[in-house]
Amino acid sequence: MPVKFLCSSGAVGSGIDLPSFREGLARGPDFVASDAGTIDAGPYHLGAGNGAYAYEAIRHDLDILLSEVPRGTPILIGSADTAGGDPHVERTLDVVRDVVSTRKLDPLRVAVIRAEQSKDYLKKMLREGRIRPLENAPHFDEDTIERSTRIVGMMGAEPLQEALGHNVDLVLAGRCSDSALFAALPIKRGIPEGLAWHAGKVVECGTLTCETYRRGTMYGELTQDHAIITPLGRDLRCTPQSVASHSLYENGDPYLHRECSGTLDLTHARFTQHDPVSVKISGSGYIPADQYSVKLEGVELAGYQTVIVGGIRDPFIIRQFDRWIGEVKAEITERVGKLLGNRLAASDWRIDVHAYGRNAVMGGREPKLEEPPHEIGLVVCLSAPTQELATKIAELSRQPLLHHPIPEWSGSITGFACLFNRAYIERGPYWRFCVHHVVLPHDPMEMFRLDVVTLSA
Amino acid sequence: MKLHELTSLIRSKNAGPFSLTFDIMFSDARAYEHVKASGALNPAALASLLHCSPNQIQFFVCDNALAFKATIPRALPAGDPADGDLHGGQQFAPLMEIDIPDLPVK
Repeated sequence: MPVKFLCSSGAVGSGIDLPSFREGLARGPDFVASDAGTIDAGPYHLGAGNGAYAYEAIRHDLDILLSEVPRGTPILIGSADTAGGDPHVERTLDVVRDVVSTRKLDPLRVAVIRAEQSKDYLKKMLREGRIRPLENAPHFDEDTIERSTRIVGMMGAEPLQEALGHNVDLVLAGRCSDSALFAALPIKRGIPEGLAWHAGKVVECGTLTCETYRRGTMYGELTQDHAIITPLGRDLRCTPQSVASHSLYENGDPYLHRECSGTLDLTHARFTQHDPVSVKISGSGYIPADQYSVKLEGVELAGYQTVIVGGIRDPFIIRQFDRWIGEVKAEITERVGKLLGNRLAASDWRIDVHAYGRNAVMGGREPKLEEPPHEIGLVVCLSAPTQELATKIAELSRQPLLHHPIPEWSGSITGFACLFNRAYIERGPYWRFCVHHVVLPHDPMEMFRLDVVTLSA
Repeated sequence: MKLHELTSLIRSKNAGPFSLTFDIMFSDARAYEHVKASGALNPAALASLLHCSPNQIQFFVCDNALAFKATIPRALPAGDPADGDLHGGQQFAPLMEIDIPDLPVK
């Protein structure tokens, strides 16, 4: 018996395409899954405890999932509300409650798996030598754990399999491997791990794996020796090349993909056109890991920012921009030291200038610095330990930006075009990633908390 | 000719918050093979264009995807106040201009 599944969309909140989703449900899938998050959204969402999608967008997709998918077909959602921390799971669970009661649905059995890690647990694992750095990882010690705002573990298939064992209608997971959502049930049913993980990898971004990106639903069928991936929706087509290419997306290595329990190995994967729109995959391998590992994602509060936006059109300033901005920064630094020095050490605050039109996007890697633009847009970010201090620095920055002299002009100049009045915007807190490590747990389940709840209208 | 005249897509993206990955993709197998045979895409050339040391770059030739791929450490982690590209999506422009010998007329 093949295992059949649907990926409802690339992410909960990105929009389910109802006609193709219904077409998929008519094929009788064994489960429906979708991730709801990514670390690509940046450190903010994990730190602030809320996601990147609008409440209404998440509700729209959950409403379709909960009211269209027949009972007996489990729904799996992972990486709740972008970052998959406990508040993110809570917010998603609130939406589920709201849909169940508004739609007057039959009681819904939900397995909730929380992925946030306690500081005590992480310190214990660190002391036991069970936390290891990944490539390009920042320094990580007990102080880092203490300073962190929130650290989550990215679960693999095992917690999902345990949740499915409780005969639930919905599995709502915190931070989770996207592919695990699709691999968990097929592996439980005896599908080879390489095929199960690979099929999950191919569909987890929804129709992004198709030749041309359009709205639709991804359908998959797994047997003992192959997977068939079919896009549902108008003008959607998978080709061997489009499916092979997708394994490049957002991955450092196109062939080896690390999961908790091992490594998906695509070195010998074969792709063939199965029908005009579907691709058949075979030969995907899975190398079991010597030690089970769970990736950590975490952030610490870095400070607060106040921002000034404006532009420069004066060719005399533009042709000596680096010198001009260097002098402006020095003048700001001197004023901050003089007027705020009793409250702020030099290492407590920073000024970051993003010069659009020059090198704001590529920074030090910009190859075209020698071609002066006719206009430069400036975003000046002032960062400090409190919002009040960041704003004071912005107030002290305004005059130097506006009136710093250049040798070509005599008399008073106004060299900076302010976009806003008042000149600054308070941006609030910002976070930085503080960990890029794996934990080697004693047991796959010890890092995750599973609760089964029944929600009634 | 320039690399972008032969490709279907050149893109960059974060591969996690601490790495940046570049995909150079083709829809035409002949163009892909031509670029591959030219040797213009190699770890040393890409490392120099992307300002990283050759031993920091991972370089892949993916025949079944008609693609080349390179992964390097991010200069700054995603979300750093000095970083201007949260998703890493606009870092590929220098690759577009890589010189490739003209594709022979069939």
